[in-house]
Amino acid sequence: MTATEMRPDAAHALIAARAPRRWGAWYVAEHRFRGMKAYTQTVIATGIGSPLMYLFAMGVGLASLVDANVEQNGLAVSYLVFVAPALLAMAAFEAAAEEFSYPIMLGFKWNPIFTGMGASPVTPGQIIDGQVIAVTVRIAVTSGLYYLFMLLFGAVPGEFGWVSLGSAVLTGLAFGTLLMAYVATLENDSGQIAMVMRFLVLPLTLFSGTVFPLTQLPWFLQWIGWLSPLWHGTELGRVVSYGHPEPAWLSIVHVAYLLLLTVVGWMLARRVAARRLNR
Amino acid sequence: MPEPVIEARNLVKKYKDFAAVDDISFDVAPGESFGLLGPNGAGKSTTMRMVGAVSSRTAGSLSILGLDPDEYGPEIRSQLGVVPQADNLDEELRARENLLVYGRYFGLPRRLVAQRADELMAFAQLDDKVKAKVDDLSGGMKRRLTIARALINDPRILLLDEPTTGLDPQARHVLWDRLFRLKEQGTTLVLTTHYMDEAEQLCDRIVVVDEGRIMAEGSPSQLIRQYSSREVLEVRFGSQNNEVVARELEGIGDRNEVLPDRILIYASNGEEALGAVTERGHTPITSLVRRSSLEDVFLRLTGRSLIE
Ligand SMILES: Nc1ncnc2c1ncn2[C@@H]1O[C@H](COP(=O)(O)OP(=O)(O)OP(=O)(O)O)[C@@H](O)[C@H]1O
Ligand SMILES: [Mg+2]
Repeated sequence: MTATEMRPDAAHALIAARAPRRWGAWYVAEHRFRGMKAYTQTVIATGIGSPLMYLFAMGVGLASLVDANVEQNGLAVSYLVFVAPALLAMAAFEAAAEEFSYPIMLGFKWNPIFTGMGASPVTPGQIIDGQVIAVTVRIAVTSGLYYLFMLLFGAVPGEFGWVSLGSAVLTGLAFGTLLMAYVATLENDSGQIAMVMRFLVLPLTLFSGTVFPLTQLPWFLQWIGWLSPLWHGTELGRVVSYGHPEPAWLSIVHVAYLLLLTVVGWMLARRVAARRLNR
Repeated sequence: MPEPVIEARNLVKKYKDFAAVDDISFDVAPGESFGLLGPNGAGKSTTMRMVGAVSSRTAGSLSILGLDPDEYGPEIRSQLGVVPQADNLDEELRARENLLVYGRYFGLPRRLVAQRADELMAFAQLDDKVKAKVDDLSGGMKRRLTIARALINDPRILLLDEPTTGLDPQARHVLWDRLFRLKEQGTTLVLTTHYMDEAEQLCDRIVVVDEGRIMAEGSPSQLIRQYSSREVLEVRFGSQNNEVVARELEGIGDRNEVLPDRILIYASNGEEALGAVTERGHTPITSLVRRSSLEDVFLRLTGRSLIE
Protein backbone atom coordinates (compact mmCIF):
# COMPACT_ATOMS: atom_id res chain seq x y z
CA MET A 1 0.00 0.00 0.00
CA THR A 2 1.25 3.48 -0.72
CA ALA A 3 0.10 6.62 1.05
CA THR A 4 -1.79 7.86 -1.99
CA GLU A 5 -4.19 4.94 -2.28
CA MET A 6 -4.68 4.84 1.45
CA ARG A 7 -7.58 6.38 3.29
CA PRO A 8 -6.65 9.62 5.08
CA ASP A 9 -6.93 8.29 8.63
CA ALA A 10 -4.66 5.35 7.78
CA ALA A 11 -2.14 7.66 6.13
CA HIS A 12 -2.25 9.81 9.24
CA ALA A 13 -1.55 6.77 11.41
CA LEU A 14 1.43 5.86 9.26
CA ILE A 15 2.96 9.25 9.83
CA ALA A 16 2.14 9.30 13.54
CA ALA A 17 3.90 5.97 14.10
CA ARG A 18 7.14 7.00 12.45
CA ALA A 19 8.74 8.48 15.54
CA PRO A 20 7.74 5.64 17.89
CA ARG A 21 8.88 3.05 15.35
CA ARG A 22 12.29 4.64 15.33
CA TRP A 23 12.69 5.97 18.87
CA GLY A 24 10.35 3.78 20.93
CA ALA A 25 13.18 2.12 22.85
CA TRP A 26 14.49 5.51 23.93
CA TYR A 27 11.07 6.56 25.22
CA VAL A 28 10.98 3.38 27.27
CA ALA A 29 14.47 4.11 28.59
CA GLU A 30 13.33 7.61 29.51
CA HIS A 31 10.53 6.08 31.53
CA ARG A 32 12.90 3.71 33.26
CA PHE A 33 15.25 6.58 34.12
CA ARG A 34 12.38 8.41 35.73
CA GLY A 35 11.68 5.35 37.82
CA MET A 36 15.36 5.09 38.75
CA LYS A 37 15.33 8.67 40.01
CA ALA A 38 13.53 7.39 43.07
CA TYR A 39 16.63 5.48 44.04
CA THR A 40 19.37 7.68 42.59
CA GLN A 41 20.76 8.32 46.04
CA THR A 42 21.08 4.60 46.64
CA VAL A 43 22.82 4.14 43.30
CA ILE A 44 25.26 6.95 44.01
CA ALA A 45 25.82 5.91 47.61
CA THR A 46 26.59 2.31 46.72
CA GLY A 47 28.53 3.54 43.70
CA ILE A 48 30.84 5.44 46.05
CA GLY A 49 30.62 3.36 49.20
CA SER A 50 31.21 0.00 47.67
CA PRO A 51 34.49 0.74 45.82
CA LEU A 52 35.78 2.60 48.85
CA MET A 53 35.06 -0.34 51.10
CA TYR A 54 36.20 -3.08 48.77
CA LEU A 55 39.35 -1.38 47.57
CA PHE A 56 40.28 -0.55 51.11
CA ALA A 57 39.50 -4.00 52.48
CA MET A 58 41.04 -5.94 49.61
CA GLY A 59 43.82 -3.62 48.60
CA VAL A 60 44.98 -2.38 51.95
CA GLY A 61 43.65 -4.86 54.49
CA LEU A 62 43.76 -8.19 52.71
CA ALA A 63 46.85 -7.28 50.70
CA SER A 64 48.85 -6.95 53.89
CA LEU A 65 47.82 -10.52 54.75
CA VAL A 66 48.38 -11.91 51.29
CA ASP A 67 51.63 -10.03 51.55
CA ALA A 68 53.28 -11.44 48.48
CA ASN A 69 52.35 -10.38 44.98
CA VAL A 70 49.99 -12.41 42.87
CA GLU A 71 51.69 -14.19 40.06
CA GLN A 72 49.83 -15.32 36.98
CA ASN A 73 51.47 -16.55 33.81
CA GLY A 74 54.78 -15.22 34.99
CA LEU A 75 53.72 -11.65 35.76
CA ALA A 76 53.60 -10.65 39.40
CA VAL A 77 51.51 -7.67 40.49
CA SER A 78 50.34 -6.38 43.83
CA TYR A 79 47.13 -7.87 45.14
CA LEU A 80 45.35 -4.55 44.79
CA VAL A 81 46.22 -4.27 41.11
CA PHE A 82 45.24 -7.90 40.60
CA VAL A 83 41.86 -7.62 42.30
CA ALA A 84 40.75 -4.15 41.13
CA PRO A 85 39.56 -5.17 37.60
CA ALA A 86 37.65 -8.04 39.20
CA LEU A 87 35.96 -5.72 41.68
CA LEU A 88 34.99 -3.43 38.85
CA ALA A 89 33.46 -6.26 36.85
CA MET A 90 31.76 -7.63 39.96
CA ALA A 91 30.09 -4.31 40.68
CA ALA A 92 28.72 -4.18 37.13
CA PHE A 93 27.67 -7.81 37.36
CA GLU A 94 25.79 -7.26 40.60
CA ALA A 95 24.13 -4.06 39.44
CA ALA A 96 22.97 -5.85 36.30
CA ALA A 97 21.62 -8.75 38.35
CA GLU A 98 19.59 -6.28 40.39
CA GLU A 99 18.30 -4.19 37.52
CA PHE A 100 17.38 -7.07 35.24
CA SER A 101 15.53 -9.12 37.82
CA TYR A 102 12.93 -7.60 40.16
CA PRO A 103 12.25 -4.51 38.02
CA ILE A 104 11.46 -6.81 35.08
CA MET A 105 9.11 -8.93 37.17
CA LEU A 106 7.56 -5.71 38.39
CA GLY A 107 6.88 -4.45 34.89
CA PHE A 108 5.34 -7.68 33.67
CA LYS A 109 3.43 -8.67 36.74
CA TRP A 110 3.36 -6.77 40.00
CA ASN A 111 2.76 -3.34 38.51
CA PRO A 112 2.27 -4.25 34.86
CA ILE A 113 3.57 -1.07 33.29
CA PHE A 114 4.88 -3.10 30.33
CA THR A 115 1.29 -4.00 29.53
CA GLY A 116 0.50 -0.30 29.66
CA MET A 117 3.37 0.55 27.33
CA GLY A 118 2.26 -2.26 25.03
CA ALA A 119 -1.00 -0.44 24.34
CA SER A 120 0.96 2.51 22.97
CA PRO A 121 2.78 2.45 19.61
CA VAL A 122 5.83 1.02 21.34
CA THR A 123 6.48 -2.67 20.60
CA PRO A 124 7.40 -5.43 23.08
CA GLY A 125 10.86 -5.58 21.51
CA GLN A 126 11.32 -1.87 22.13
CA ILE A 127 10.22 -2.29 25.73
CA ILE A 128 13.08 -4.76 26.17
CA ASP A 129 15.52 -2.55 24.26
CA GLY A 130 14.56 0.35 26.51
CA GLN A 131 15.40 -1.68 29.58
CA VAL A 132 18.78 -2.58 28.10
CA ILE A 133 19.55 1.04 27.27
CA ALA A 134 18.58 2.34 30.69
CA VAL A 135 20.39 -0.37 32.60
CA THR A 136 23.51 0.02 30.44
CA VAL A 137 23.65 3.66 31.42
CA ARG A 138 23.03 2.78 35.05
CA ILE A 139 25.86 0.20 35.04
CA ALA A 140 28.16 2.60 33.24
CA VAL A 141 27.61 5.18 35.98
CA THR A 142 28.34 2.64 38.71
CA SER A 143 31.41 1.41 36.86
CA GLY A 144 32.60 4.94 36.18
CA LEU A 145 32.51 5.79 39.86
CA TYR A 146 34.28 2.56 40.67
CA TYR A 147 36.97 3.30 38.17
CA LEU A 148 37.61 6.72 39.67
CA PHE A 149 38.29 5.14 43.00
CA MET A 150 40.53 2.55 41.40
CA LEU A 151 42.58 5.40 40.00
CA LEU A 152 42.67 7.10 43.39
CA PHE A 153 43.94 3.91 45.01
CA GLY A 154 46.59 3.62 42.34
CA ALA A 155 45.16 0.29 41.22
CA VAL A 156 45.42 0.85 37.46
CA PRO A 157 48.99 0.88 36.19
CA GLY A 158 48.29 0.47 32.45
CA GLU A 159 47.42 3.36 30.16
CA PHE A 160 44.51 1.47 28.62
CA GLY A 161 42.91 0.75 31.97
CA TRP A 162 39.81 2.73 31.08
CA VAL A 163 38.92 0.06 28.53
CA SER A 164 38.08 -2.16 31.50
CA LEU A 165 35.02 0.07 31.93
CA GLY A 166 33.71 -1.33 28.67
CA SER A 167 34.46 -4.91 29.60
CA ALA A 168 32.73 -4.42 32.95
CA VAL A 169 29.58 -3.07 31.33
CA LEU A 170 29.65 -5.90 28.82
CA THR A 171 29.98 -8.40 31.65
CA GLY A 172 26.85 -6.99 33.22
CA LEU A 173 24.92 -7.15 29.97
CA ALA A 174 26.08 -10.68 29.13
CA PHE A 175 24.63 -12.01 32.34
CA GLY A 176 21.82 -9.46 32.72
CA THR A 177 20.08 -9.91 29.40
CA LEU A 178 19.92 -13.68 29.94
CA LEU A 179 18.58 -13.11 33.42
CA MET A 180 15.99 -10.72 32.00
CA ALA A 181 14.88 -13.33 29.46
CA TYR A 182 14.49 -15.87 32.25
CA VAL A 183 12.59 -13.51 34.54
CA ALA A 184 10.27 -12.56 31.69
CA THR A 185 9.16 -16.18 31.46
CA LEU A 186 8.14 -16.30 35.11
CA GLU A 187 4.38 -16.14 35.57
CA ASN A 188 4.91 -15.96 39.31
CA ASP A 189 7.91 -15.41 41.48
CA SER A 190 7.77 -18.03 44.16
CA GLY A 191 11.35 -17.47 45.16
CA GLN A 192 13.04 -18.20 41.83
CA ILE A 193 14.66 -14.78 41.63
CA ALA A 194 16.01 -15.03 45.16
CA MET A 195 17.40 -18.47 44.26
CA VAL A 196 19.19 -17.03 41.24
CA MET A 197 20.73 -14.37 43.45
CA ARG A 198 21.85 -16.80 46.10
CA PHE A 199 22.89 -19.80 44.06
CA LEU A 200 24.09 -18.22 40.85
CA VAL A 201 25.08 -14.60 41.36
CA LEU A 202 26.86 -15.07 44.66
CA PRO A 203 28.89 -18.21 43.76
CA LEU A 204 29.80 -16.71 40.42
CA THR A 205 31.17 -13.58 42.06
CA LEU A 206 33.38 -15.72 44.27
CA PHE A 207 34.49 -18.47 41.87
CA SER A 208 35.08 -16.62 38.63
CA GLY A 209 38.75 -16.01 39.19
CA THR A 210 37.92 -12.74 40.85
CA VAL A 211 39.49 -12.52 44.29
CA PHE A 212 41.90 -15.35 43.53
CA PRO A 213 43.08 -16.76 40.19
CA LEU A 214 40.84 -19.36 38.61
CA THR A 215 43.80 -21.76 38.52
CA GLN A 216 43.67 -21.91 42.32
CA LEU A 217 40.36 -23.72 42.07
CA PRO A 218 40.48 -27.51 41.86
CA TRP A 219 40.53 -28.49 38.18
CA PHE A 220 37.03 -29.96 38.33
CA LEU A 221 35.58 -26.58 39.32
CA GLN A 222 37.41 -24.46 36.79
CA TRP A 223 34.68 -24.85 34.20
CA ILE A 224 32.62 -22.47 36.35
CA GLY A 225 34.99 -19.74 35.29
CA TRP A 226 34.99 -20.68 31.64
CA LEU A 227 31.23 -20.41 31.53
CA SER A 228 31.02 -17.39 33.77
CA PRO A 229 30.76 -14.04 31.99
CA LEU A 230 32.37 -12.59 35.08
CA TRP A 231 35.58 -14.56 34.54
CA HIS A 232 35.79 -13.48 30.93
CA GLY A 233 35.08 -9.87 31.86
CA THR A 234 37.56 -9.90 34.72
CA GLU A 235 40.39 -11.40 32.67
CA LEU A 236 39.75 -8.91 29.94
CA GLY A 237 39.89 -6.13 32.52
CA ARG A 238 43.22 -7.45 33.75
CA VAL A 239 44.69 -7.49 30.29
CA VAL A 240 43.90 -3.84 29.68
CA SER A 241 44.54 -2.71 33.24
CA TYR A 242 48.00 -4.13 33.86
CA GLY A 243 48.90 -6.20 30.83
CA HIS A 244 47.97 -9.56 32.29
CA PRO A 245 49.78 -11.95 29.98
CA GLU A 246 47.45 -14.19 28.02
CA PRO A 247 47.39 -15.24 24.38
CA ALA A 248 45.60 -12.82 22.08
CA TRP A 249 43.15 -15.48 20.94
CA LEU A 250 41.96 -15.86 24.52
CA SER A 251 41.23 -12.15 24.77
CA ILE A 252 39.27 -12.44 21.57
CA VAL A 253 37.36 -15.37 23.04
CA HIS A 254 36.50 -13.22 26.08
CA VAL A 255 35.06 -10.46 23.93
CA ALA A 256 33.24 -12.85 21.60
CA TYR A 257 31.77 -14.85 24.45
CA LEU A 258 30.48 -11.76 26.25
CA LEU A 259 29.02 -10.35 23.05
CA LEU A 260 27.42 -13.68 22.21
CA LEU A 261 25.71 -14.00 25.59
CA THR A 262 24.50 -10.41 25.38
CA VAL A 263 23.00 -10.87 21.95
CA VAL A 264 21.43 -14.24 22.77
CA GLY A 265 19.95 -12.99 26.05
CA TRP A 266 18.69 -9.81 24.46
CA MET A 267 17.02 -11.59 21.55
CA LEU A 268 15.50 -14.20 23.83
CA ALA A 269 14.12 -11.50 26.09
CA ARG A 270 12.56 -9.77 23.11
CA ARG A 271 10.87 -12.97 22.02
CA VAL A 272 9.58 -13.83 25.45
CA ALA A 273 8.23 -10.31 25.88
CA ALA A 274 6.49 -10.39 22.50
CA ARG A 275 4.78 -13.63 23.41
CA ARG A 276 3.92 -12.54 26.91
CA LEU A 277 2.40 -9.20 25.95
CA ASN A 278 0.34 -10.75 23.15
CA ARG A 279 -2.46 -12.31 25.12
CA MET B 1 -21.83 5.87 4.66
CA PRO B 2 -18.29 6.79 5.72
CA GLU B 3 -15.89 3.88 5.91
CA PRO B 4 -15.97 2.13 9.28
CA VAL B 5 -13.03 2.77 11.61
CA ILE B 6 -13.28 -0.75 12.97
CA GLU B 7 -14.27 -3.70 10.84
CA ALA B 8 -14.32 -7.16 12.42
CA ARG B 9 -15.32 -10.23 10.40
CA ASN B 10 -15.66 -13.67 11.93
CA LEU B 11 -13.16 -12.76 14.58
CA VAL B 12 -11.95 -15.68 16.67
CA LYS B 13 -9.54 -15.83 19.58
CA LYS B 14 -8.62 -19.18 21.01
CA TYR B 15 -6.67 -19.97 24.12
CA LYS B 16 -5.55 -23.54 23.48
CA ASP B 17 -8.86 -25.19 22.52
CA PHE B 18 -11.07 -22.69 24.27
CA ALA B 19 -12.62 -20.01 22.09
CA ALA B 20 -12.81 -16.84 24.20
CA VAL B 21 -14.10 -14.97 21.15
CA ASP B 22 -16.00 -17.18 18.79
CA ASP B 23 -16.84 -15.77 15.40
CA ILE B 24 -17.74 -12.17 16.08
CA SER B 25 -18.45 -9.63 13.34
CA PHE B 26 -19.19 -5.95 13.76
CA ASP B 27 -18.46 -2.53 12.31
CA VAL B 28 -17.95 0.74 14.09
CA ALA B 29 -18.52 3.96 12.18
CA PRO B 30 -16.41 7.06 12.78
CA GLY B 31 -17.75 9.11 15.66
CA GLU B 32 -20.03 6.34 16.78
CA SER B 33 -20.09 5.09 20.31
CA PHE B 34 -20.29 1.38 20.41
CA GLY B 35 -20.84 -0.85 23.41
CA LEU B 36 -19.98 -4.46 24.16
CA LEU B 37 -22.28 -5.77 26.79
CA GLY B 38 -21.98 -9.14 28.41
CA PRO B 39 -21.45 -11.12 31.60
CA ASN B 40 -18.09 -12.08 33.11
CA GLY B 41 -16.01 -14.16 30.74
CA ALA B 42 -18.09 -13.23 27.68
CA GLY B 43 -14.97 -12.24 25.76
CA LYS B 44 -15.32 -8.47 25.94
CA SER B 45 -11.79 -7.74 27.12
CA THR B 46 -10.36 -10.24 24.68
CA THR B 47 -12.15 -8.47 21.85
CA MET B 48 -10.92 -5.11 23.11
CA ARG B 49 -7.32 -6.36 23.18
CA MET B 50 -7.58 -7.53 19.59
CA VAL B 51 -9.07 -4.21 18.52
CA GLY B 52 -6.32 -2.52 20.52
CA ALA B 53 -3.73 -4.29 18.35
CA VAL B 54 -1.99 -6.00 21.25
CA SER B 55 -3.53 -9.44 20.98
CA SER B 56 -3.35 -11.28 17.68
CA ARG B 57 -6.43 -13.01 16.40
CA THR B 58 -6.67 -16.74 15.82
CA ALA B 59 -8.93 -16.40 12.78
CA GLY B 60 -11.11 -13.93 10.94
CA SER B 61 -10.26 -10.50 9.67
CA LEU B 62 -9.87 -7.26 11.51
CA SER B 63 -9.20 -3.83 10.23
CA ILE B 64 -8.71 -0.68 12.28
CA LEU B 65 -8.70 2.56 10.28
CA GLY B 66 -8.33 0.33 7.26
CA LEU B 67 -5.13 -1.25 8.62
CA ASP B 68 -4.48 -4.83 9.65
CA PRO B 69 -3.25 -4.98 13.26
CA ASP B 70 -0.96 -7.92 12.48
CA GLU B 71 1.06 -5.70 10.22
CA TYR B 72 0.41 -2.16 11.42
CA GLY B 73 0.31 -2.52 15.20
CA PRO B 74 2.24 0.65 16.08
CA GLU B 75 0.37 2.66 13.44
CA ILE B 76 -3.01 1.59 14.78
CA ARG B 77 -2.01 2.03 18.41
CA SER B 78 -0.82 5.56 17.64
CA GLN B 79 -4.46 6.46 16.97
CA LEU B 80 -5.97 4.74 19.98
CA GLY B 81 -6.56 5.67 23.57
CA VAL B 82 -6.82 2.62 25.78
CA VAL B 83 -8.38 2.32 29.20
CA PRO B 84 -7.73 -1.28 30.23
CA GLN B 85 -9.94 -3.15 32.63
CA ALA B 86 -7.16 -3.26 35.23
CA ASP B 87 -5.22 -0.04 35.80
CA ASN B 88 -1.56 -0.32 34.91
CA LEU B 89 -0.27 3.09 35.89
CA ASP B 90 3.30 3.31 37.11
CA GLU B 91 2.82 3.30 40.86
CA GLU B 92 6.34 4.51 41.46
CA LEU B 93 5.84 7.73 39.56
CA ARG B 94 3.75 10.74 40.43
CA ALA B 95 0.34 11.25 38.89
CA ARG B 96 1.33 13.81 36.27
CA GLU B 97 4.58 12.02 35.48
CA ASN B 98 2.53 9.07 34.34
CA LEU B 99 1.02 11.25 31.65
CA LEU B 100 4.41 12.67 30.71
CA VAL B 101 6.09 9.32 30.13
CA TYR B 102 3.05 7.96 28.34
CA GLY B 103 2.81 10.89 25.98
CA ARG B 104 6.39 10.30 24.93
CA TYR B 105 5.50 6.81 23.72
CA PHE B 106 3.59 8.46 20.92
CA GLY B 107 6.63 10.42 19.92
CA LEU B 108 5.06 13.69 20.98
CA PRO B 109 7.33 16.61 21.82
CA ARG B 110 7.94 17.16 25.51
CA ARG B 111 6.36 20.60 25.53
CA LEU B 112 3.16 19.43 23.93
CA VAL B 113 2.94 16.49 26.31
CA ALA B 114 3.47 18.75 29.32
CA GLN B 115 0.74 21.10 28.15
CA ARG B 116 -1.71 18.28 27.52
CA ALA B 117 -0.83 16.67 30.82
CA ASP B 118 -1.90 19.85 32.61
CA GLU B 119 -5.15 20.04 30.67
CA LEU B 120 -5.92 16.39 31.28
CA MET B 121 -5.18 16.57 34.99
CA ALA B 122 -7.86 19.26 35.11
CA PHE B 123 -10.16 17.25 32.85
CA ALA B 124 -9.88 14.31 35.22
CA GLN B 125 -10.38 16.63 38.20
CA LEU B 126 -7.02 15.69 39.60
CA ASP B 127 -5.55 19.20 39.75
CA ASP B 128 -4.70 18.87 43.40
CA LYS B 129 -3.09 15.45 42.92
CA VAL B 130 -0.50 16.46 40.33
CA LYS B 131 2.40 15.66 42.65
CA ALA B 132 0.79 12.72 44.41
CA LYS B 133 2.37 9.30 44.07
CA VAL B 134 0.01 7.03 42.17
CA ASP B 135 0.28 4.58 45.04
CA ASP B 136 -1.43 7.14 47.27
CA LEU B 137 -4.43 7.79 44.98
CA SER B 138 -7.82 6.23 45.65
CA GLY B 139 -9.15 3.60 43.27
CA GLY B 140 -11.46 6.09 41.58
CA MET B 141 -8.69 8.63 41.17
CA LYS B 142 -6.45 6.02 39.56
CA ARG B 143 -9.26 5.22 37.17
CA ARG B 144 -9.60 8.86 36.22
CA LEU B 145 -5.85 9.15 35.78
CA THR B 146 -5.90 6.10 33.50
CA ILE B 147 -8.58 7.76 31.41
CA ALA B 148 -6.56 10.96 31.28
CA ARG B 149 -3.55 8.95 30.18
CA ALA B 150 -5.56 7.38 27.38
CA LEU B 151 -6.29 10.85 26.02
CA ILE B 152 -2.70 12.11 25.97
CA ASN B 153 -2.34 11.40 22.24
CA ASP B 154 -5.70 12.93 21.34
CA PRO B 155 -6.91 9.57 20.02
CA ARG B 156 -9.25 8.94 17.13
CA ILE B 157 -10.70 5.91 18.86
CA LEU B 158 -11.04 5.50 22.59
CA LEU B 159 -11.27 1.94 23.91
CA LEU B 160 -12.73 1.78 27.39
CA ASP B 161 -12.89 -1.56 29.16
CA GLU B 162 -15.32 -1.11 32.04
CA PRO B 163 -14.34 2.51 32.52
CA THR B 164 -16.51 3.25 35.51
CA THR B 165 -16.18 0.07 37.51
CA GLY B 166 -15.10 1.14 40.97
CA LEU B 167 -16.17 4.75 40.62
CA ASP B 168 -18.67 6.32 42.96
CA PRO B 169 -21.95 7.53 41.40
CA GLN B 170 -20.82 11.12 41.23
CA ALA B 171 -17.52 10.27 39.58
CA ARG B 172 -19.38 8.06 37.13
CA HIS B 173 -21.63 10.90 36.10
CA VAL B 174 -18.68 13.22 35.72
CA LEU B 175 -16.99 10.66 33.54
CA TRP B 176 -20.08 10.14 31.43
CA ASP B 177 -20.18 13.86 30.89
CA ARG B 178 -16.52 13.86 29.81
CA LEU B 179 -17.05 10.97 27.45
CA PHE B 180 -20.05 12.68 26.01
CA ARG B 181 -17.99 15.73 25.27
CA LEU B 182 -15.35 13.64 23.53
CA LYS B 183 -18.07 12.05 21.48
CA GLU B 184 -19.31 15.47 20.47
CA GLN B 185 -15.81 16.29 19.29
CA GLY B 186 -15.96 13.28 17.02
CA THR B 187 -13.98 10.71 19.00
CA THR B 188 -15.13 7.17 18.36
CA LEU B 189 -15.88 5.36 21.60
CA VAL B 190 -15.82 1.63 22.10
CA LEU B 191 -16.69 0.54 25.58
CA THR B 192 -17.55 -2.52 27.56
CA THR B 193 -19.68 -2.35 30.61
CA HIS B 194 -21.81 -4.30 33.03
CA TYR B 195 -23.93 -1.30 33.75
CA MET B 196 -27.10 -1.05 31.74
CA ASP B 197 -27.61 2.59 32.52
CA GLU B 198 -24.12 3.31 31.29
CA ALA B 199 -24.74 1.54 28.01
CA GLU B 200 -28.06 3.34 27.60
CA GLN B 201 -26.46 6.69 28.38
CA LEU B 202 -23.39 6.42 26.24
CA CYS B 203 -23.89 3.99 23.41
CA ASP B 204 -25.45 4.61 20.04
CA ARG B 205 -25.25 0.94 19.35
CA ILE B 206 -24.68 -2.16 21.39
CA VAL B 207 -23.82 -5.77 20.85
CA VAL B 208 -24.76 -8.22 23.55
CA VAL B 209 -22.04 -10.85 23.84
CA ASP B 210 -22.17 -14.14 25.65
CA GLU B 211 -19.69 -16.99 25.54
CA GLY B 212 -17.74 -15.29 22.81
CA ARG B 213 -20.69 -14.81 20.47
CA ILE B 214 -22.94 -11.92 19.59
CA MET B 215 -26.47 -12.54 20.81
CA ALA B 216 -28.06 -9.34 19.56
CA GLU B 217 -27.17 -5.99 18.09
CA GLY B 218 -28.92 -2.66 17.89
CA SER B 219 -29.46 0.68 19.58
CA PRO B 220 -30.51 0.46 23.24
CA SER B 221 -34.09 1.39 22.37
CA GLN B 222 -34.23 -1.04 19.46
CA LEU B 223 -33.00 -3.85 21.63
CA ILE B 224 -35.50 -3.04 24.33
CA ARG B 225 -38.31 -2.92 21.84
CA GLN B 226 -37.27 -6.13 20.21
CA TYR B 227 -36.46 -8.24 23.22
CA SER B 228 -38.55 -6.81 25.97
CA SER B 229 -41.86 -5.10 26.58
CA ARG B 230 -42.44 -1.43 27.25
CA GLU B 231 -42.85 -1.91 30.99
CA VAL B 232 -41.88 -4.42 33.59
CA LEU B 233 -43.79 -5.32 36.71
CA GLU B 234 -41.64 -6.63 39.54
CA VAL B 235 -43.47 -8.51 42.26
CA ARG B 236 -42.17 -10.31 45.34
CA PHE B 237 -43.93 -13.09 47.15
CA GLY B 238 -41.07 -14.25 49.34
CA SER B 239 -38.27 -16.35 47.95
CA GLN B 240 -39.93 -19.73 48.71
CA ASN B 241 -43.18 -18.82 46.99
CA ASN B 242 -42.02 -17.09 43.80
CA GLU B 243 -41.67 -20.29 41.82
CA VAL B 244 -45.17 -21.54 42.64
CA VAL B 245 -46.93 -18.22 42.24
CA ALA B 246 -45.23 -17.56 38.92
CA ARG B 247 -46.84 -20.64 37.44
CA GLU B 248 -50.25 -19.36 38.47
CA LEU B 249 -49.52 -15.99 36.89
CA GLU B 250 -48.86 -17.48 33.43
CA GLY B 251 -50.67 -15.54 30.77
CA ILE B 252 -50.40 -12.13 32.37
CA GLY B 253 -48.34 -9.85 30.17
CA ASP B 254 -46.15 -11.21 27.37
CA ARG B 255 -44.16 -13.52 29.58
CA ASN B 256 -42.60 -13.71 32.99
CA GLU B 257 -39.20 -14.44 34.42
CA VAL B 258 -38.54 -15.87 37.87
CA LEU B 259 -35.49 -14.59 39.70
CA PRO B 260 -34.47 -15.87 43.12
CA ASP B 261 -35.97 -12.89 44.90
CA ARG B 262 -38.74 -11.70 42.58
CA ILE B 263 -40.86 -12.31 39.52
CA LEU B 264 -40.61 -10.06 36.50
CA ILE B 265 -43.72 -9.72 34.39
CA TYR B 266 -43.19 -8.21 30.96
CA ALA B 267 -46.22 -6.21 29.82
CA SER B 268 -46.92 -3.11 27.81
CA ASN B 269 -48.85 -1.75 30.77
CA GLY B 270 -47.44 -2.61 34.18
CA GLU B 271 -50.32 -1.28 36.23
CA GLU B 272 -52.83 -3.36 34.29
CA ALA B 273 -50.67 -6.41 34.81
CA LEU B 274 -50.58 -5.72 38.54
CA GLY B 275 -54.40 -5.52 38.51
CA ALA B 276 -54.50 -8.92 36.81
CA VAL B 277 -52.21 -10.38 39.44
CA THR B 278 -54.43 -9.30 42.33
CA GLU B 279 -57.52 -10.44 40.41
CA ARG B 280 -56.06 -13.94 40.48
CA GLY B 281 -55.96 -13.68 44.24
CA HIS B 282 -52.26 -13.00 44.77
CA THR B 283 -51.14 -10.05 46.80
CA PRO B 284 -47.41 -9.37 46.40
CA ILE B 285 -45.34 -8.27 49.40
CA THR B 286 -43.95 -5.48 47.25
CA SER B 287 -44.55 -4.45 43.68
CA LEU B 288 -42.89 -2.05 41.31
CA VAL B 289 -43.66 -0.94 37.79
CA ARG B 290 -40.71 0.34 35.81
CA ARG B 291 -39.64 0.92 32.25
CA SER B 292 -37.93 -1.90 30.51
CA SER B 293 -34.12 -1.71 30.36
CA LEU B 294 -31.20 -3.43 28.74
CA GLU B 295 -30.97 -5.60 31.83
CA ASP B 296 -34.22 -7.19 30.71
CA VAL B 297 -32.91 -7.63 27.20
CA PHE B 298 -29.93 -9.36 28.61
CA LEU B 299 -31.97 -11.63 30.82
CA ARG B 300 -34.12 -12.57 27.88
CA LEU B 301 -31.16 -13.33 25.65
CA THR B 302 -28.99 -15.26 28.02
CA GLY B 303 -31.34 -16.40 30.73
CA ARG B 304 -28.91 -14.88 33.18
CA SER B 305 -28.71 -11.74 35.16
CA LEU B 306 -25.89 -9.47 34.02
CA ILE B 307 -24.54 -8.55 37.40
CA GLU B 308 -23.70 -11.74 39.15
N1 LIG C 1 -4.63 -15.09 28.59
C1 LIG C 1 -5.64 -15.96 28.68
N2 LIG C 1 -5.40 -17.29 28.72
C2 LIG C 1 -6.41 -18.18 28.81
N3 LIG C 1 -7.70 -17.84 28.86
C3 LIG C 1 -8.02 -16.54 28.83
C4 LIG C 1 -7.00 -15.54 28.74
N4 LIG C 1 -7.62 -14.34 28.73
C5 LIG C 1 -8.94 -14.58 28.82
N5 LIG C 1 -9.19 -15.90 28.88
C6 LIG C 1 -10.51 -16.54 28.95
O1 LIG C 1 -11.31 -16.03 27.92
C7 LIG C 1 -12.64 -15.80 28.37
C8 LIG C 1 -13.05 -14.38 28.09
O2 LIG C 1 -12.30 -13.52 28.92
P1 LIG C 1 -12.48 -11.95 28.87
O3 LIG C 1 -11.50 -11.38 29.81
O4 LIG C 1 -12.43 -11.51 27.47
O5 LIG C 1 -13.95 -11.79 29.43
P2 LIG C 1 -14.76 -10.45 29.75
O6 LIG C 1 -15.99 -10.47 28.91
O7 LIG C 1 -13.88 -9.28 29.62
O8 LIG C 1 -15.17 -10.69 31.26
P3 LIG C 1 -15.24 -9.66 32.49
O9 LIG C 1 -16.57 -9.03 32.44
O10 LIG C 1 -15.11 -10.54 33.67
O11 LIG C 1 -14.12 -8.71 32.36
C9 LIG C 1 -12.66 -16.18 29.84
O12 LIG C 1 -13.19 -17.46 29.98
C10 LIG C 1 -11.21 -16.17 30.24
O13 LIG C 1 -10.95 -17.12 31.24
MG1 LIG D 1 -13.17 -7.92 30.88
